[in-house]
Amino acid sequence: MSIERKGFRHLTEGSYPATHVVGKSVDKVDSYALASGAPMYTDDIAARDFPNRLHGKILTSPIANGVITSIDTTAAEALPGVRLVLTWKNTPRTFYTTAGQGWPEPSPYDNQMFTERVRFIGDRVAAVFADSEDIAKQALKLIKVNFKEEPALLDADDAMKPGAPIVHPEDPKGAYDSAHNVAAHLDINVGDVDKALAESEVTISETFQTHYAQHTPMETHTAFAYTDDMGKIVIVSSTQVPWHVRRIVSRILGLSMSKLRVIKPRIGGGFGTKQEILIDDLVAYGTIKTGLPCEIELTRKEEFVSARTRHPMKIDMSIGCDRQGHFRALKMYVLSNTGAYGSHSLTVMSNTGSKTLPLYNKATDVRFFGDAVYTNLPVPGAYRGYGATQGYAALETTIDDLAAKLGMDPIELRKMNMIRVGEGSPIFEALGEGRQGVAQTITSSSLPTLIDLGAKAIGWTEKRGKRTRNGHKVRGVGMSMHMQGSGIPLIDMASASIKLNEDGSYYMTMGATDIGTGSDTILSQMAAEVLGITMDKISVLSSDTDLTPFDVGAYASSTTFVSGGAVVKAAKAVRNQIFSVAAEILGEELDQQLVTAEPKVEYDNDQPDPILSFYHMEDGNVLSVRSGKKVSVSDIAYRAYYEVNQHQIATTQSFVSPHSPPPFAAHFVEVEVDELTGKVEVLKYVAAVDCGVSINPDLVRGQVMGAVANGIGFALTEEYHFGPHGNMTNPSLFDYKILSRRDMPPTEVIVVDNYEPIGPWGAKSVAEIGINGPIPAIGNAIFDATGIRLHRTPYTPDKVLAALRGKSI
Amino acid sequence: MTISITVNTVERSFDIQPGEVLLDVLRREGYLEVKGSCHSGDCGACTVLLDGRPVASCLILAAKADGHAVTTVRGIGDQAHPHVLQQAFVKNGAVQCGYCVPGAITSAKALLDENSDPTEEEIRLAMDSNYCRCSGYEQQVEAVLDAAAQLRKGDTK
Repeated sequence: MSIERKGFRHLTEGSYPATHVVGKSVDKVDSYALASGAPMYTDDIAARDFPNRLHGKILTSPIANGVITSIDTTAAEALPGVRLVLTWKNTPRTFYTTAGQGWPEPSPYDNQMFTERVRFIGDRVAAVFADSEDIAKQALKLIKVNFKEEPALLDADDAMKPGAPIVHPEDPKGAYDSAHNVAAHLDINVGDVDKALAESEVTISETFQTHYAQHTPMETHTAFAYTDDMGKIVIVSSTQVPWHVRRIVSRILGLSMSKLRVIKPRIGGGFGTKQEILIDDLVAYGTIKTGLPCEIELTRKEEFVSARTRHPMKIDMSIGCDRQGHFRALKMYVLSNTGAYGSHSLTVMSNTGSKTLPLYNKATDVRFFGDAVYTNLPVPGAYRGYGATQGYAALETTIDDLAAKLGMDPIELRKMNMIRVGEGSPIFEALGEGRQGVAQTITSSSLPTLIDLGAKAIGWTEKRGKRTRNGHKVRGVGMSMHMQGSGIPLIDMASASIKLNEDGSYYMTMGATDIGTGSDTILSQMAAEVLGITMDKISVLSSDTDLTPFDVGAYASSTTFVSGGAVVKAAKAVRNQIFSVAAEILGEELDQQLVTAEPKVEYDNDQPDPILSFYHMEDGNVLSVRSGKKVSVSDIAYRAYYEVNQHQIATTQSFVSPHSPPPFAAHFVEVEVDELTGKVEVLKYVAAVDCGVSINPDLVRGQVMGAVANGIGFALTEEYHFGPHGNMTNPSLFDYKILSRRDMPPTEVIVVDNYEPIGPWGAKSVAEIGINGPIPAIGNAIFDATGIRLHRTPYTPDKVLAALRGKSI
Repeated sequence: MTISITVNTVERSFDIQPGEVLLDVLRREGYLEVKGSCHSGDCGACTVLLDGRPVASCLILAAKADGHAVTTVRGIGDQAHPHVLQQAFVKNGAVQCGYCVPGAITSAKALLDENSDPTEEEIRLAMDSNYCRCSGYEQQVEAVLDAAAQLRKGDTK
């Protein structure tokens, strides 16, 4: 199969089972509703169903570090229309983490709803719920707060130095060494890296610094809560992690989970920032205290200042190899700035090593170590790429310089050292997410093809090293290479339920959290494929803690692989129940062990599912292989529900995997550097990816394009600017520049499907990997064009110009 | 004060507060298809047509719309009767989270009303102020090209 159109090529490698729904770009199930603006997002539902709800506003800290010495809310409370003012004095004092992760939680418990201490400009001081947003805003101004300001820690480099301000003097549970501002620490050793470096014929050591940046989903964090008729608190939230919201809010407020329900409606983008409990606790508590529906919708400015960002990292990268370029030693030290709170501090840092270093598995001696340090700056969290983006920035830049040092083509150097099918890496086992990992062997990879196709698409051989010049503008090409994961092995669990309706259609409920990615669609495709139906015969409800089964949520590139695994298992189990009734109707023998055996996710050509030698699903019918007779699934349902041996045909299945098969990518870019202005223009970008089987190729392309667009913004234009006191000075979409339609360079996405034998219908993940490429690929292209090497992002004209001038001096 | 606006061809009158912007009035009155995001005119999510011209409804004082016609994305087409543009967005995989899509389709409608055969560059220019964080824009641009081609074909029939 091969689809080719401008900007998109979809190819396949190898052979795999024929499918009729999987692999097709079917319409996204919610897309007509979304394209006509249906009221499906959190604030739409609040406005439609609760016009008289209270509106919440949060008073935030104007100082980066200090203690609240007094807080007087009487004037605010006296303002007509104000219903509730919350501060540290009248809220639960539970310590928790805002990071919406699995259990036990790997991030330190360094948060409280409100505290006497403020730790960054934007930290919570108080909250008001009032009849209108305007009244709430007025009330914020009436809250009198006195602070005792303390020296602020505004540079991660200073965090561990003696005498540095201590951001968390309360020594939070789970922080590694809060007396030295270390939220998390890691040190993973395979072999003896220092010895290997000392003995290597060629070594290279570089330091790379990445910057503060933000997700900027079009929909800001929004949540509302209300009390249902049975007295239950219902939170409707723009979240990626409804079950973690319920667990964490239930802990903070001391509320039984039986009294708390979390619903995720349609979400206006997440990219990681909504893997965080930022306002859910407030709206729930507001509703408990007032008895009224309460909503908070962050403004764009609040989103920038108070919500989550990407961990800036300083990475020391050393590589040792022989003169031919065979890697022996990889050493990576990470200093991660986790801002005022340690949300995702340990796990993002883990991934900086665990998702990057195994790509070059020929190195025998590896050390990955790091410190995630507190500062009095905005709080990073989960962000698409999750540490791997920063790790690849350093690793792929250093490899490029190493290739120059060796006089080699950087592609050849990478090919010589990259991981291949059938191989593993000791790093997989040594380093997981915040704890020991799980051994992995690569079971599918199109990486060699991705490199070849990408190189051809950009014109690597013709353009590299040519430095084509047009006046003061000079061109160059660069590339980089990546892997990610597909969920967290043995941690991420998903479940799905499917039941059969009498007319032969199905209803599927699942925990999987569609945040705009299209997971409701592709998971329905997977079920439809097993059940032999078209997409119109299945409807889906996802992400409601009362109505659907559990799922950890939308993060760690887990949904396609992990939630997909649960869906395939559930579809097979329901199919087998249908076969069982078909056997009854047809008067044929069917071993019940085949019906009740736990279904497998993976497809094994040599050992096909044994029940399929008896029955097949075909167009809404069950076909008996033995007799050639057919019976309709609708007849089966009517018989089972109303006539003989009545029972419901339904199941709930869970999936957790010891595997996390990595997707692979090779990115290529051609840039033009203006030596007069320092401006870097991307002329063409090529992103080649292997995500296993593309369940829905158009949605795969959209994921890759979106990740690349975000990545190019991160590389060239998006950046937090800070004033001298740690205040972000550009908190608007005018001053924080994400790529617009005209900024987006011509981009070609090349997808090379390669059946992943352990994935649901051969699929791996795709959402995150695409964001890892732009920084190193563009930096390497700037180097090819000009010979200057930038070690600090973003590659803005001032840095390029400074480097160019430094070079000519 | 009371203003009267023709919204999606229906004449309506609204009581508004001084200083209220069109976005807030429309959403309060149930036109929830108009999505707010930046509230500073930077992102285009809240785009509506004012007398056929695309505007950021978060920047327009509601009072300025008094006596004028406003078209929201639902006035262009709804789920039961989607406009060619909405169908093209769906068929080209251009709807991801969807939050920007009502505004993007509204800007595209204004473009196609003026220019039935836009180039890719003209589409990018006309929709440049409609940010999207999910798609990287390519499939949305293709959707507009696709819709324009379909509309032209329809015209010649």
